[in-house]
Amino acid sequence: MTITLTATETPSRASTVQKIVSKGGIEAWLVEDYAVPLIALEFAFKGGAAQDPIGKSGAATLLASLLDEGAGPYDSEGFHRALDEDAIEISFSAGRDYLSGRLQSLARNTARAFELLRLAVTAARLDAEPFERVVSQIAAGLKREANDPDFVAGRNFRAAAYPNHPYGLPVRGDLSTLPALTRSHLIDLRAVTFARDNLKIAAVGAINAETLASHLDDIFGQLPDKASLIPVAPAAFAGAGTRHVASIDVPQSTIRFGREGIARKDPDFMAATVVNHILGGGIFSARLFREVREKRGLAYSVYSQLTAYDHAAMFSGGTSTKNERAAESMAVIEGEILSLANDGPTEEELDKAKKYLIGSYALRFDTSTKIANQLLHLQTDGFGVEYLDERNKLIAAVTMQDAKRAAKRLFGDGKLLVTVAGQPEGM
Amino acid sequence: MTFGELLPARESVYLNPSAQVQGKPAGPAITQAKLGNGLEIVVIEDHRAPVVTHMVWYRNGSADDPPGKSGIAHFLEHLMFKGTKFHPQGKFSELIADVGGQENAFTSNDYTAYFQRVAKEHLSVCMDYEADRMKNLVLTDEVVSPERDVVLEERRMRTDSDPSEQLGEALQAALFTQHPYGRPIIGWSHEIESLDRADALAYYDRFYTPENAILVVAGDVDAAEVIRLAEKYYGPIAARGAPPKRFRPREPEPRAHRLVTLADEKVEQPMHQSIFLVPSYRSAAPGEAEALEVLAHVLGGGHTSLLFKTLVMEDKIAVTAGAHYQGTSVDDTRFYVFAVPAPGVSLERLDAAIDAVIAGAAHGVQAADVRRAKTRLVADAIYAQDNQATLARWYGASLAADLRLEDVAQWPERIEAVSAADVQKATRWLDKRRSVTGFLLPAEAPASSATASSEKAASLAL
Repeated sequence: MTITLTATETPSRASTVQKIVSKGGIEAWLVEDYAVPLIALEFAFKGGAAQDPIGKSGAATLLASLLDEGAGPYDSEGFHRALDEDAIEISFSAGRDYLSGRLQSLARNTARAFELLRLAVTAARLDAEPFERVVSQIAAGLKREANDPDFVAGRNFRAAAYPNHPYGLPVRGDLSTLPALTRSHLIDLRAVTFARDNLKIAAVGAINAETLASHLDDIFGQLPDKASLIPVAPAAFAGAGTRHVASIDVPQSTIRFGREGIARKDPDFMAATVVNHILGGGIFSARLFREVREKRGLAYSVYSQLTAYDHAAMFSGGTSTKNERAAESMAVIEGEILSLANDGPTEEELDKAKKYLIGSYALRFDTSTKIANQLLHLQTDGFGVEYLDERNKLIAAVTMQDAKRAAKRLFGDGKLLVTVAGQPEGM
Repeated sequence: MTFGELLPARESVYLNPSAQVQGKPAGPAITQAKLGNGLEIVVIEDHRAPVVTHMVWYRNGSADDPPGKSGIAHFLEHLMFKGTKFHPQGKFSELIADVGGQENAFTSNDYTAYFQRVAKEHLSVCMDYEADRMKNLVLTDEVVSPERDVVLEERRMRTDSDPSEQLGEALQAALFTQHPYGRPIIGWSHEIESLDRADALAYYDRFYTPENAILVVAGDVDAAEVIRLAEKYYGPIAARGAPPKRFRPREPEPRAHRLVTLADEKVEQPMHQSIFLVPSYRSAAPGEAEALEVLAHVLGGGHTSLLFKTLVMEDKIAVTAGAHYQGTSVDDTRFYVFAVPAPGVSLERLDAAIDAVIAGAAHGVQAADVRRAKTRLVADAIYAQDNQATLARWYGASLAADLRLEDVAQWPERIEAVSAADVQKATRWLDKRRSVTGFLLPAEAPASSATASSEKAASLAL
């Protein structure tokens, strides 16, 4: 069954986006909007934690954390003071495949904000004092989570899913790799990943194309033309069919489950998205919510999701249930996954999931920062601006045949990698 | 580096600067109205995206749970999704999902709120839904029972599996010895277990009335049209009379500092937290709450704050430190100060250093520090204009905490008006006798106990 969009189709979202190219060749997507006097900028360099040197997990995170801890003429305190004086927000973070930055500023402080961003991107000092301090902050965070069941189940899941691959390692590093990091590691990492051919940018707010373009040249124009990334091999999901239990003395078991996913550009990705929504993507409507939480009162939180990295794709989910009933929760989840794999969804489920996914897309675009984030991710995922208008049509086009095929591909024999933290009975 | 919050999300009042504040734009149009049955309405217009956020706030929260029935406000919140006389469980959620809407609800000390976010043309579905369950909720033991299990799992997830959260719960109980803010919003385990259908319905009958509710609608809407729709859907709900009075036993003036420690084998990173009993935006004298807001920023609002500079950068005895004022509250409220010790530093030593920083502020604060704190706070109000859901939440929380629209509208000016002298004066509330201090510690040497249960030794030292 196909859904036709109603006569009240939303106007083209793609037409609100300007594709800018600066004089120096820096590209960005811009949505001009003067309703609120602010600008939001998001950008990302490809690389991220996947580029951490062997044995030096946490390098990208540490680098990102230090970029706002002193740059150019400002030491750490001076840089923060400069940000605070004009209520400018600049921050950086590292993920599996990208090192990202974001900026938010009142429109009247735009020039100053971009100047500080330029310093952070091109002249971060990585001084000894903040280096030591930030390492100990990250270490304190890791210690804090060391026996947190959520953290433990997640970490073990990742390690079992991608052994011998950067994706199996912690993005923040761990207590053994952090002490091995030096300033030179970070300098080297920055030198190979901060480049112009590696960079995606999105901006939303009270700024025009010309002004933005000239700031982009200031900020990014002097970076090397080309990045030199370590090639990252594709990672196949390992461990489906195995279970790992980490014993932690808590009354509730936290469970992570998953198996191989579907690549972002795979023609079945949209159908898989619909199928995942039916299983555990929605709240009240999802099978997992109904069966695990509502009917049986087994859990407060139960969910599933599709994740597409640059070099891997994963189907995963989780829940937390008291120790005595953890095995029961897992059995119910496995049952629903197998049922979808073998029989596919019902017509009603398919229809409702598509309706939800189509209708909810607009909710991603109601604030400047959310729009900037969406535009950045479209670019890093390798889509063009027209995707903003195409996306709902792709969902609408998913047929029952597509959904059944995607369910079979996604869930296959139903075998899952399962990691548990707690004291589950019978597991 | 910026840190994830160690504390619950800010409850502060942010909003659009008023047109009078120099150099600042007027912000979104705000319209206030009231129906004949007492339902208050606030409309916040934001026409940038064809989306609307629809919220109903009830002026009651966990602090209004009857004694012995802690957690009932939160439990009822869960049960409000279980169906009405006219619509079976899940029917409305299905309607919302079919149009791609998102919905949820939350309970706090002073309010319980329900919301949906939908494309603007579906606003009336949301109103139909909330009006129906304001009046026509039905509950059976078959739905109540498993949902009680869900709440127990939620409690296990949030608190029972986390020593830091357990300490937090003990701290609230030690700070509020009489006032019900000392009880956890989700309730004590043993009291949750005894909550039943009758308890939920009694609470519902008492508090879920139009006089006790505030409708907040934000987004791409026209105020007059919203009020017209509200009259159509909420208007027919019969008035009950005056809104229910909420009575909370007042917390007596604190006279003694309390130290609460929790040692647990799962703890690898010790932590320090203090909570002071201070006036709220609602209970404070004019200007006092604003001064506390600025003080929190000056003391612990980031890298340039006094606690961070002294403890982390200069003395190097902490890896992070901060402060937070939870001002949007009906009754006297919390002022948090927290710090994570550097390796090898005892919590006692850290505690003394924190006391010294506060004592220093009591002698005077720098005008430049105050200026910077105010800049941040007022700017946050402009950043908030970008997000209709954020604005809706702030207005709703403020009105539910018995503040008025003007209090919200004038907040940036009142913050701007805070002087260094005001901030210094506000430090009188950070008297150690008005506070509890929590030490989160790794377990001592392994106990001789043969049981498998962890070393949860929460002791209250007076």
